Amino acid sequence: MLRFIATRLLQGVLVLLAIYAVTFFLVAATPGSPFSSERAISPEILAQIESFYGYDKPVTERFVTSITNVLHGEFGPSAVYANRTVTQIIGASFPVSAKLGLFALAVALGIGIPVGILAAVRQNSWLDYLPMSISMGGICLPTFVMGPLLVLIFGLILEWLPVAGWFGWEYTILPSLTLGLYYAAYFARLTRGGMLEMLNQDWVRTARAKGVPERTIIWKHCLKGGLIPAITFLGPALAGIISGSFVVETIFQIPGLGQWFVKGALNRDDFLILGCTVLFAALIVVMNLIVDIVQVALNPRLKYE
Amino acid sequence: MDTFSLAGSLTGIRRFCKAALLICAPALLAACGSSERATDVAAEEGVLMIGIGSEPKTIDPGLATGTPESRVLYALMEGLIGQDPKDDLVNQPGVAERWESNEDFTVWTFHLRENAKWSNGDPLTAEDFAYAWKRTLTPELGAEFAEMLFVIKNAEPYQKGEITDWSQVGVKVLDPYTLQVTLEGPTPHFLGMTKHYTYFPVDAKVVEANGGAADRQSRWSTAENFVGNGPFVIKRWAISEVMETVKNPNYWDAANVKLNGVNFYPVENISAEETMFRGGRLHITYEVPSSKLPILKTKFKDELQIDKYLGSYFYRVNTTKPPFDDPRVRKAFAMAIDKQLLVDKVTQGGQQPATGYVPPGISGYEASTAVPYDVEAARRLLAEAGYPDGKGFPTREILINTSENHRRVAEAIQAMWKKNLNVEVGIYNQEWKVYLNSQINLDYDVSRSGWIADYVYPSAFLNIFTTGGGNNNTGWGNPQYDRLIDASRTAQTEEERMGLMHDAEEILLNELPIIPIYWYTRVYLKDPRVKGWYPKLLDRHPYKYIYFDNSGTAAADEVNGEGA
Amino acid sequence: MSDHSETAVLADEPVPPPTEASEIAAEELEEGSSLWRDAWQRLRRNKLALASLFIFLAICLFCVAGPWFSPYNADAQDLFLGAVGPSWAHPFGTDTLGRDLMVRVMEGGRISLLVGLVATMVALLIGVMYGAVAGYLGGKVDSAMMRFVDLLYALPFTIFVILLMVAFGRSLWLIFVAIGAIEWLTTARIVRSGVLGLKKQEFVEAANSLGFSHMRIIVRHLIPNVLGPVIVVATLTVPAVMLLEAFLSFLGLGVQPPDASWGVLINEGQQNMEIFPWMLIFPAFFFALTLFCLNFLGDGLRDALDPKSAKD
Repeated sequence: MLRFIATRLLQGVLVLLAIYAVTFFLVAATPGSPFSSERAISPEILAQIESFYGYDKPVTERFVTSITNVLHGEFGPSAVYANRTVTQIIGASFPVSAKLGLFALAVALGIGIPVGILAAVRQNSWLDYLPMSISMGGICLPTFVMGPLLVLIFGLILEWLPVAGWFGWEYTILPSLTLGLYYAAYFARLTRGGMLEMLNQDWVRTARAKGVPERTIIWKHCLKGGLIPAITFLGPALAGIISGSFVVETIFQIPGLGQWFVKGALNRDDFLILGCTVLFAALIVVMNLIVDIVQVALNPRLKYE
Repeated sequence: MDTFSLAGSLTGIRRFCKAALLICAPALLAACGSSERATDVAAEEGVLMIGIGSEPKTIDPGLATGTPESRVLYALMEGLIGQDPKDDLVNQPGVAERWESNEDFTVWTFHLRENAKWSNGDPLTAEDFAYAWKRTLTPELGAEFAEMLFVIKNAEPYQKGEITDWSQVGVKVLDPYTLQVTLEGPTPHFLGMTKHYTYFPVDAKVVEANGGAADRQSRWSTAENFVGNGPFVIKRWAISEVMETVKNPNYWDAANVKLNGVNFYPVENISAEETMFRGGRLHITYEVPSSKLPILKTKFKDELQIDKYLGSYFYRVNTTKPPFDDPRVRKAFAMAIDKQLLVDKVTQGGQQPATGYVPPGISGYEASTAVPYDVEAARRLLAEAGYPDGKGFPTREILINTSENHRRVAEAIQAMWKKNLNVEVGIYNQEWKVYLNSQINLDYDVSRSGWIADYVYPSAFLNIFTTGGGNNNTGWGNPQYDRLIDASRTAQTEEERMGLMHDAEEILLNELPIIPIYWYTRVYLKDPRVKGWYPKLLDRHPYKYIYFDNSGTAAADEVNGEGA
Repeated sequence: MSDHSETAVLADEPVPPPTEASEIAAEELEEGSSLWRDAWQRLRRNKLALASLFIFLAICLFCVAGPWFSPYNADAQDLFLGAVGPSWAHPFGTDTLGRDLMVRVMEGGRISLLVGLVATMVALLIGVMYGAVAGYLGGKVDSAMMRFVDLLYALPFTIFVILLMVAFGRSLWLIFVAIGAIEWLTTARIVRSGVLGLKKQEFVEAANSLGFSHMRIIVRHLIPNVLGPVIVVATLTVPAVMLLEAFLSFLGLGVQPPDASWGVLINEGQQNMEIFPWMLIFPAFFFALTLFCLNFLGDGLRDALDPKSAKD
């Protein structure tokens, strides 16, 4: 198993390097510069700024310099936010995104899995259709509609919850719900599918015939296997939640990494874009690895390859 | 298929749900309980909560370039001349107690107050101004707004490296408290220019200790190291969350600063900002989503502010490409826009339909009425140019940068051109930086644009359309126009200057490399308790005059001394 | 947003062995077999899926044919009218520029559905070919090709789409291709594992011994046999793509005005929902309903095409 992890990590590092290169050249090919603004800067001043940040060098040379810096653990300065380094920005905003992501995941699992189990146990009844339909709403309404809608109802009309900002735990409720509901629907469907498959197996029938209580069958025997699809989805879901959080961060004005990524992309702040991209990719790589390990632990039929 | 009993499993699920509810309910209740609005608490404490649009890119006055930065800088620093709370043309004493100029406004002498201090207690002297300006003009620093200082004698050649001897530049420190500035030409509005943050001083010792004058990444302007001379100092700066400031005890006029602090919130999403205002997290917003204006006009009458603003919204036309190389075509397009309808029904923020380029509000300068809405004349001009009833007119496009408001305006104009001129014009939006690129490279037909003045004078607008100017971006040029603008720089009397600039604008409006659309307003929400904040043409609000009037609210039952 | 995730799981499920199919000669497969008939029978019994199918077709008809019968043009403005609520003249009301919302919803539907379908086609085209080739060739080539897919799964794709749109944002076709280029991974995995199972079957070996070219074997014999799961993936990819398009519209990187996809309309409606709720309700209703139907249809198809889960 250690060999498996080591191989995967090594692969992960290669993937990250590849992603770094692709992003670097993609950004370099994108029109627009971090220093352009509506009020034109004189060509002389622009040249001075560009030489300060090394933009006057050829792309390949810049690439070599920047990748060397990265290997030394420094992404470089932000070209737009004077005297801030990318590492500082990420350091300040990533914990916020991570917190939001974990809360959202809690929402997704807390709603998705019970609904899925209920729907499977009561397949083709209204207890199947209704909750599944409602949870499907989470997939069908884009987050940028769901968010403002929740704000309008709970924030402005009922005045139960704060509307935007990131100033205390009560501020996390609406964003986590908005972000989590989307994934709750997926978890519900996966759990339902997984549970149905387990419940339809021959040994379940045998157990029933032998008079094993339904409760025991469901909670003791089927749950573990039935949750496998949901667990498999955990990795992509977490990655999606973290990288997809920027709509929610924008709607609720949360100082997270997603907002910075978008800002970086719109400002052409190269190193900020690169830093965020690499971080997101690294998260996905690590998540997938963890999920694979958990999967094998749950499902003895699988082996590490 | 589901024939078996489910009683058992259902109890399990029910139990799970109950547990979940038990966990969630108190949380919800607690959240409802804490319904005291942050703005009420802050108003009681005399802390202003204000939206600044986005995270300040820097708070170094030499490198700052935008409005969010200026909002913060006017709290943290002060220039030679102070801002007047009501009128941008009135000059209040700032670091300078007194000032005078020679007859033709080319030499200005500032007498600095001796009690002015930096927030770390250091005395603030004329050297700090000279150092700051020298630094901004240092070529290696590459300060974006260095051009703001080019009215000073020899500043431009110094910045471009053509001269290296600082003593040749028109900045002289006569003694620690007297600063003399020699300008390139007569500049009666120079005092107004010094209110801009590019003219603010920096603490030479602190900058030198953190990397020196030429370091763009200097750490002197971080939250920990920053030293200012304004009414407020930084207490906490959480990136993209809030910058909290408190009263600066070392400020020379601290006794007259009424607020105890100002908190700046970099809220980028204007919808979120509006909900934050309504949810009691902001006293003043940076902007308002124009789609919300109808509801705000009825429900938030007392809060909604619509102030005149010295800015012009127009479309640039690429005069190098047919058919827009023909001034008649440009004029036809300009006259076919029903601007009144546009501001009434589309922008709805009290903007004024622009019949000229330079907005009204500059004393001594009448706004032009050269470009009215006149469909008949427009159709005639288009026919003269060879496109009767729009026949044969090639497909052209309006370039906009991605924004809901620009899109709506463009869609309305597109429909007006279709209706009035019978021409098909497309719209395409580009993301901001790509759009800037296209505009600079003249890679467009018609492009949405705007211009906001830095100081109250027509030249703030007219200077940009000189031939080959860095902000011209239309391919247009007219030697007569350039001559008039040049002449206005050296003209001796105010009337003469204004007359020359007016003639220049008439040339511009006759040839129309730009299509005027409307003159800006500032539209935002303001808590009625905030007093001492007045509409201003340049939207610069000195924080030291602001205070809260809590008497009108129920929360003001307890005794508080801040009556007015 | 996270887009391929649902189907990603699906990819890990074993593709149903073509038990019935393999008993029949390969030629017969192309004319449809009892597998398809059985599936259709099963689908018909799934009322939810069946209803979804019909509603979806109705929406398509509404959007495609609707504009021909409407007296309004989608970009004809009436600024004096402005935004008014639903009435006989404008059943869905009008937007802030006085444009008839019903026509705009129909035209928006055309664009959104087109984006969904075309991007899905691109994804299927790439995915099916890639997966089939990998599975058919097997061995080292296969493992290299699938490792590559694994690598791509680790890319933060949303981010790349944004960068792509920022860089080259003018063309609608680019959106199709960009989105399609993201969504093919799952299809490739499914097709590959299906083909891997089929390869050893007699009819493939027979075709091989008859000297048919590899291409012909892949296209004529292998791909038709894995179409079942592919259809399921396709049904679930369309809504994912539509959601992604809406998300791009939210960022202002979607289709160009005055054309408006459902995503653009919803975003516009979301900003006006307090004052002019109909501007959100109608486009959001059609959008959600379409996604709803496609998702349920996809689930139904999976149940129908996967005999294991449907045995009673």
